[in-house]
Amino acid sequence: MDIHALQQIVHNTRDARRKQTIPKFSPADRDQLIHKYHPDYRASAYRPIRFGPNIDEKTVVELATLLEGDSLIQDDVDLTPDYTTDVLVIGGGGAGCAAALHAHGAGAKVMLATKLRLGDSNSVMAQGGMQISVAPEDSPVTHFLDTLKGGHMHNDHDLLKAMVEDGPAIAKWLIELGVLFDRQADGNLHVKKGGGSSKPRLLTCSDYTGLEIMRVLKDEVLNQKIQLLEFCAAVELLSDENGHCSGAIFKDLDNHRYVVVAAKSVILATGGIGRLHIQGFPTSNHYGATGDGLCLSYRMGAKLAHIDTFQYHPSGAVYPEQLVGQLVTEGIRSEGGHLVNARGERFVNELDTRDVVSSSIIRECEEGRGIRTMSGRVGVWLDTPLLDAEHGPGTVEKHFPAMMLQFERFGIDISKDPVLIYPTLHYQNGGVKIDTNSETNVKNLFVAGEASGGLHGRNRLMGNSLLDLMVFGKRSGLTAAGRAGSMKQGKLTVQHLQRFRADAKKHGNLSNVVSPMVLPAYTRKES
Amino acid sequence: MAQEDPNVIDQPEVMKPRMVSIEISGKKYDVPEGITVIKALWYTGQEVVRGAGCLGGFCGACATYYRTKDDPKVRTCLACQMAVQDGMSFTIMPPFPARKATYDVQALKDPKQDLFNLYPEAPLCRNCNACTEACPQKIDVREGVWKAVFGDFKSVSEMFMDCVMCGMCTPVCIADIAPNLVALYVSRAQGAHFAEKPLGLDVRIKEIQDGRYNDEWKKILAMSEKELADHCATVK
Repeated sequence: MDIHALQQIVHNTRDARRKQTIPKFSPADRDQLIHKYHPDYRASAYRPIRFGPNIDEKTVVELATLLEGDSLIQDDVDLTPDYTTDVLVIGGGGAGCAAALHAHGAGAKVMLATKLRLGDSNSVMAQGGMQISVAPEDSPVTHFLDTLKGGHMHNDHDLLKAMVEDGPAIAKWLIELGVLFDRQADGNLHVKKGGGSSKPRLLTCSDYTGLEIMRVLKDEVLNQKIQLLEFCAAVELLSDENGHCSGAIFKDLDNHRYVVVAAKSVILATGGIGRLHIQGFPTSNHYGATGDGLCLSYRMGAKLAHIDTFQYHPSGAVYPEQLVGQLVTEGIRSEGGHLVNARGERFVNELDTRDVVSSSIIRECEEGRGIRTMSGRVGVWLDTPLLDAEHGPGTVEKHFPAMMLQFERFGIDISKDPVLIYPTLHYQNGGVKIDTNSETNVKNLFVAGEASGGLHGRNRLMGNSLLDLMVFGKRSGLTAAGRAGSMKQGKLTVQHLQRFRADAKKHGNLSNVVSPMVLPAYTRKES
Repeated sequence: MAQEDPNVIDQPEVMKPRMVSIEISGKKYDVPEGITVIKALWYTGQEVVRGAGCLGGFCGACATYYRTKDDPKVRTCLACQMAVQDGMSFTIMPPFPARKATYDVQALKDPKQDLFNLYPEAPLCRNCNACTEACPQKIDVREGVWKAVFGDFKSVSEMFMDCVMCGMCTPVCIADIAPNLVALYVSRAQGAHFAEKPLGLDVRIKEIQDGRYNDEWKKILAMSEKELADHCATVK
């Protein structure tokens, strides 16, 4: 059937649906739904890690294999440093830029290294907004409770308190740098309501929040003349005689040479794992989201937290084929967009948490109420034209210009046609365990942003990632810079690799891969 | 089979994965119709390091020139957002060496005047409109440059909210203006100097500094897991 014929049911049922209220699930029903349909509960996708700091804990097969992978680096590697710095930031997204700017601002010598260009990241794609409790009826405590509830009570309380309390100061910092958040008529920050939040708390820059923040932060990194090392992928960390972190080895992706950087502290801001395509899911993540930071810190002996849980964003595009996996912003549901199955029925409260909404979409599709494309993909409708019907013509275009343009390129006008969606692999809820300074259990090794773990519990709330990046980027940058003056550069060794390889041998050997992955293997080798 | 199922969308480009002939940087290849330009690079066996970033149309890393069959017009696109078609030829744009001015945004004394010191070429626009035609985000770039020059920073910041900094507007400029960089400066100046100060934000920051929430924190952090879960359930 033609897509226009199939979507008629969405148009025909719109008025009836507008009168409906769909209650949220009771805690018991919600748990049952998640256990039955959420990909985190597919036992066959998981296996225990055989050695290392998280020995015998389960994670997805794709990640376990990389964590048990071998390093490119051998013991006889030449460790004469090419660069020496106080603070080495690895990763050029939001957390990396924030860390570099704060460390630089505190007087440290900073180098920022990234395997792609400065700014090529997931942060730049964040559309929904950034949660900060600025509204008078809201408070950091309410933000804390909402996040805890969303994370199924598994969040680290200290990290979470730090994040919600630092939030307002982060907003001020960004505004002073020139970030243009949406405003109310009185000049105060406009806040939108996000899924799983009890109060409107999302600061937005239309649906370009991440892009606007990243344009400014990238520009500021250049204005501050922070030393950059682009197209260089971190392939191993360095440790001193006490096992503390003392630098990193990079592979220059242009000439394939190793670059050795000696640093008093290292901040890993390497992001998530979407490009591992866990359980075969498409992903909304950027090209470099291959979990490099997890592998590097694991070999150094850093403990990981919550690495058995991932976020599948409810609304990844399913049609057209060219956009598969890319996000249709949650903002559409925040503004009242309905999810509709093939029978024209709503089946979930669209503003429930992401894990609940995703599970219910998977349920609809598995039980035969989904809509299929000829490429074998299946999904449900997101009623975007409803927004114009509800709030007046032009609403979609005004509030979601990025979405409009993205679909317009393929001849779809989302203000007139609904969008077909299915959950897409979006975020790693866990990561390297950190303390409130953003430091791991390996001294002088910091991790900030999506690569870190503990803060979000077992499900991240919409809009908390952008704040996480800024808060822990700042905390890691300031702590690392504050330490630089009073410490000496540690020796450069790869002793931790000997330990790691010995441990592997004892517990069933390394997996037969080299990690980190650096870039996904999309290049076709032969026809 | 598919025809009988009433809930299947007909997708011509997938139903018949027809091969089409394209040219990548001057070399001919056959690739499946409808895949994106970036996927065509992977399909033809090329390792992509430069020229790919977010793969979602936001980072501007994959700025590309392309031309469709028999059309003399060279157009621009983002490689991750464009489907290939028969007879298309394209090449990814290498990084263009545009000059970026450096500045301390907070220390600007007179941002509208400072524009002319930082980007003295900005007022030299000769109205050729090539920048607007080159923009894959459909921004009226030429209009934006003039608005910047005339000090309408607010309009510029709104017009360029869609800008992914791909830089396609820079190589075409006969006056050597880098419109995206001019607009970025203008937008930052607008945000840092001319946008209204959100007073409520300062109030909240002060409340936190003054310990207004300390009692509530104390209560919550002392709760048992069960008590905390029950308390969370009461937040509506």
